[in-house]
Formats: sequence, structure tokens, C-alpha cells
Amino acid sequence: MSLVFAGVCSHGPGITGRKDMADPQHVAALYAAFAQMRHKLEAAQPDVLVVIAAEHFANFFMNNMPAYCLGLADEYSGPIEDPEWLGIARTTFPGAPGLSKRLIQSLLEDVDVAYAEEWKFDHGISVPLHFLTPACDLPIIPANINCQGPPLTPLHRAWAFGESLGRACTAAPERIAIIATGGISHWPATPDSGKINEAWDREFLTRWAANDKAKLLSYTDAETYAEAGQGGFEIRTFIALACATQGMPAAVDYYQPIPIFAVGCTVGTVDVR
Amino acid sequence: MSLYGLQKLMYELNRDEALQSQYRADRDSILSNFKLDAEERQAIDDEDIGLLYILGVNGQILMHFAAMCGYAWPDYIQAMRDALQVHGNVRAGIYATTDGQGAI
Repeated sequence: MSLVFAGVCSHGPGITGRKDMADPQHVAALYAAFAQMRHKLEAAQPDVLVVIAAEHFANFFMNNMPAYCLGLADEYSGPIEDPEWLGIARTTFPGAPGLSKRLIQSLLEDVDVAYAEEWKFDHGISVPLHFLTPACDLPIIPANINCQGPPLTPLHRAWAFGESLGRACTAAPERIAIIATGGISHWPATPDSGKINEAWDREFLTRWAANDKAKLLSYTDAETYAEAGQGGFEIRTFIALACATQGMPAAVDYYQPIPIFAVGCTVGTVDVR
Repeated sequence: MSLYGLQKLMYELNRDEALQSQYRADRDSILSNFKLDAEERQAIDDEDIGLLYILGVNGQILMHFAAMCGYAWPDYIQAMRDALQVHGNVRAGIYATTDGQGAI
């Protein structure tokens, strides 16, 4: 068993960039939840961290948009955003190209995944890494699912991607940690920013923690758009991780809607033992 | 309307510091590579974030571009709200407001 850690978390840019505009108690509790997630990650002593992300046009555009892509780079840089705006300094992260290549080769048995030897991180990965690998020394492999530019991959394909990725990680000798990062309901970067459907979020997280495939895949994009906003399309990352960790107990360690962060902030972990 | 070109311009700028420097030094040399109609060109020239929102620029592209233009978060949100009052709801894309007003 080479999967040593798995979890999910939010990545909204406000979490770091607008922390001074939020209720200090909410900020303290969220940051403590991230710190606890980091402690669990470090205790697992991973060799590499795979990040299932939903990037926001930092690398991929509608001229050639991959539904799925894995990083194959020696190193990654980020964030692309203004560091002062995001509250995170620009830095580089080591990659793990040897493992990347093996994972991609394995995934290609099931999924027509793209790969990229160049990759810039935006807030979607930089915010989680800011909390989870503050020394920027843990090798990273980004794994993107297009959640921003429709047409989008169906949820059952995100599940299949997670299944293939989980299988590939399990077969590798390295100690692999894997996280998925995305929003649940949110209407980011719009005048609706701050709107959060807490009931929808809690129902989704219940399904995620239960690893309930049928219920996780039952959402239509039309329903998600209506009830959880365009940001809700990012549930694909959580669904992929749920499949990668099938049969393992999962728990939502923290959930709190924080409107100025534009999302119901979430931290969850999976017991991979 | 050439929303694709408009968004691609901002996508390229958002991710490339060197291009941002060139854009600030000689805007026309960058804009000539993208097919924009007169309204889009004016919105870019004016850094009119509100109108760019109305034109349908994906919010994840616009948010980064607004930050590049120096918009603080409250000003960015307000610019979009003001534009809704002037122009009506978003004309394309998935970033229309749910009620044409904004929730908060």
C-alpha cells in the first residue's frame, strides 16, 4: 500500500488574500484545521504529494483544453497571481517527473489523460500548499480536472479518473499523499461572491464522507449550476479522490461558510490505513 | 463579439509577467495580436472591469486581470455591481448573476 495520506480542502484565494477582512475566530479555526491537516500529512512521511486540482486558466485555455492533465515537470512555479493580492510569495516546488511518468503511463490504460512539462500554479494549488507544505520541499505532482471551461467532463468520468489514479498510486513503491482541492457551492469572482448554499454543501460532504458513489454521481451540471453555482463544478476533484480512496473511512474535519472567502471552507481527511 | 480573443488576451497576460511588462510599455504591440471589437477594445483601454464582466469574460480570468490592473477586492466586486445597473446582466458565459444584482 503506497497511498499514505488522502484529504480534501478548499483553495479560495480569499483564504490567504483577504484573511484580514474575515471574522478572526473563523480565520483562526480554519487555519487550525489546515495546520491539523498538515500535521497528519507530515506524520505520514510522504515522498510526494499529488494534488487533484481545478486550475483557473493558469495553464489551459479554450484553444486546447484537456479534461484531465498530470504534471510531468522537474519543478513548478507559482502563484501566477500578484503575491500581495493573494498573500502568498512566489516560489518553486520540486516535481517528481519519474513518478509522474509512471502514473501517466498507468492512467493511459484507462483514461486519455494529457500531460504537461510546464505548469504554473495559481491559487487553486498555491493556497493549499501554503498551509500544507510551507517549506516548499515536498515534491508535487499536479493533476488537473477542467472544472472551469465547459464542456466539462461528466462526473462518472471524474470517478473513473480517480479510480485509475488511485490504482496507479497504490502500485507505485513511493509513499504517496494525495489531496483534492475545490470549492463546493460557491459563486466566485462574481457579484454573487459570498453566496454559499450551506445545506447543499453539507449534503454533498455527507455523500463524500460516506463514499457514496451513486449519490455523488447523481448531480447533473444543470442542478449544480442552479443550486451550487459555477464554482460547484469543482466537486469533480472531491469525487475523484473519493474513488481513489474507495472503502476507506473519511471524515469532514472542518466546515464553515466564510462569505468573504467566497466558499464554505472545508478540510477533510481519509483514513488510508 | 470576439469573447474568445478577449479572454485569451487576459489569459496570456495573467500568467506571464514579462508580457505584462511589455503590455504596460507598449499596449498596442500586444493588442494587435488579438481580434477585439470596438467595445471590447474600449473596455480594455479603460480597464473597465465592470463592462468586461458584462461582456462575458469568465470570472476566473477576470478576477486575475482585475488584480493585475490594481483593483482591490471590494472595488472589483463593486465595479461588477455597478456595471449590472448600467448594462443589465451578463451577455455570455457561465458567470451571470443569479438575479442580475449580486447576492451580497
